[in-house]
Amino acid sequence: MNFDLTDEQKAIQGLARDFAQNEVKPRAEVMDREEAFPYDLVAKMAELGFMGLPFPEEFGGAGADTVSYALAVMEIARADASTAITMAAHVSLGASPFYRFGTQEQKERYLVPLAQGKQLWGFGLTEPNAGSDAGNCQTKAVLRDGTWIVNGTKAFITNSGTDISGGTTITAVTGTRPDGKPEISNLIVPQATPGFTRSKKYKKMGWRASDTRELAFVDARVPEANLLGKRGEGYSQFLQILDGGRISVAALSVGLAMGAYDEALAYAKERHAFGRPISKFQAIAFKLVDMLCEIEHAKLMTLRAAWEKDAGREFEQTASLAKLYAAEVSHRVVNEALQIHGGYGFMDEYPISRMYRDQKINEIGEGTNEVQRLVLARMMGL
Amino acid sequence: MKIVVTVKLVPDPNAEKKIDPTTKRLVRAGVETVLNPYDEYALEAALQLKERVGGDSTVTVFTMGPEALKETLRKALAMGADAAVMLSDAALEGSDVWATAHAMAAGLKKVGFDLLLVGGLTDDGSTGVVPGALAEHLGLALVTNARKIEVGSGSLAIERETDTGYQQVNVGLPAVLTTALTFGEPRYASLKGIMGAKKKPIEVLALADLGLGEAAGGAGSKTELLSFAPPPARGKGQVVEAADGASGAHAIFEFLRAKKLV
Repeated sequence: MNFDLTDEQKAIQGLARDFAQNEVKPRAEVMDREEAFPYDLVAKMAELGFMGLPFPEEFGGAGADTVSYALAVMEIARADASTAITMAAHVSLGASPFYRFGTQEQKERYLVPLAQGKQLWGFGLTEPNAGSDAGNCQTKAVLRDGTWIVNGTKAFITNSGTDISGGTTITAVTGTRPDGKPEISNLIVPQATPGFTRSKKYKKMGWRASDTRELAFVDARVPEANLLGKRGEGYSQFLQILDGGRISVAALSVGLAMGAYDEALAYAKERHAFGRPISKFQAIAFKLVDMLCEIEHAKLMTLRAAWEKDAGREFEQTASLAKLYAAEVSHRVVNEALQIHGGYGFMDEYPISRMYRDQKINEIGEGTNEVQRLVLARMMGL
Repeated sequence: MKIVVTVKLVPDPNAEKKIDPTTKRLVRAGVETVLNPYDEYALEAALQLKERVGGDSTVTVFTMGPEALKETLRKALAMGADAAVMLSDAALEGSDVWATAHAMAAGLKKVGFDLLLVGGLTDDGSTGVVPGALAEHLGLALVTNARKIEVGSGSLAIERETDTGYQQVNVGLPAVLTTALTFGEPRYASLKGIMGAKKKPIEVLALADLGLGEAAGGAGSKTELLSFAPPPARGKGQVVEAADGASGAHAIFEFLRAKKLV
């Protein structure tokens, strides 16, 4: 067994840390307050190669592995969750479906500009009435004279409406299977598609500088060739995408917890009460020990899932375990980190208050903790 | 143009430093090794120069140090250097400034260059003497504190920063330059750079490769470190007590005026 990162993984982690601490962290407070999407940071991340981190060079990516990706997401989330979700959703939800299921032509046309970070792309699965119950897709696409006519609504779609968003890949019911169940396919819907509109940005409690919108399709006309992969494979495709996405959310959770721990540790050392730093009181010191312990645990689980994916092994269960555990760790760590700050933690000017708001979605996105338990119970044969 | 940049592998400047009282050397164990920050600025200057001159210009980084630290050089390669050369030999341990420059000059002659860029100072030793000693051993002109470099044919037009402004200097090639910190922050190594760095060569030279047997390391040094001491602890500051803000401000103003600071 070997827990050492490779030199390359260490270098990527170091780059992500330097970039996040120097360029992202100082901006996080204002971006959150103003709900300002960080176009310039996205451009810098693109230039450095983060937006196409795990894709091969021939498709404009950096050709790094999933472990490096998880490490990079952790470091960026440690500085700012909004920037991290923008990058992570772009890679694992926006670009990766093209890499995994696209034809050569689709990869060249769509994946290359995405991996280069020139464009962002969304993934439209969730609907107002179909979240955890994603198979209950109400969006319909009917093929008529070589064009898909799409009708329906998608909800909470990340990166779908920025100035540099190229489009969204959506799940839609395209017919009925022989067994009577709905046939679900994935369609590539470019931004300029007639009949496709985006709402204004949602007002959110956290991840406020990220771009999240509702999408409406009213007789939207999508060329027949914009089918991603084969017709009827949409359901299994999005399940596979979500498996990889769980590593992303696990890494986002670990990173946020690391950031909260950084803040709590620094505060506990500088804040004095009864004549000494509060870190010298066991009540505070033990909290910090427990936080570090849980963070290390969640980090190991996340990196193990990433490592299994890189090794070409089955990683679904580990990824699901990591996502569930890391999300709950981020909840506990952020909560305790704010508690250590006392009344100051309740004030907007301290980063921990933003982190507290940013945390909640980790327990909801990419499968709620409850759904995660359901999935795991099934995997365990219960 | 073949540009060579010397880099030193130093203990992380942000880490707490300890000196081993027996060896009188910096304790490296448990401390991460990084590229000397001043050298990163020199490397940034070199990479900008290479981009401007174009053609078949190359940037090579050159270091002297223990081979175990070789991988630290990958960062320079990831930032954009084309190749790296490391002079590494157990006999070099304990070299003083003279012995260091003597060995490095022999290595640099073997590598060959049109322009040698050197960071002005190292973060660990901080003698600031090696650039001059290198130029002396190489028998080349030295221009310190270059803040702007224009390339002519076979020569460089350089602005060198001084306390009061800058001087315009022309120097023929090959030459040795130390760089000011005015070329901008050293660039990040991109993901592509990191992935590409593993394919770039790091050549390791030993003293035998340079025909240098004698006059190396502690044996070839002209100085001996006798003792060292930590900097004196900072004295307690003067506390101004005042009834209100205005009289406090007045007291501080008087204090500054007495010192002729305002």
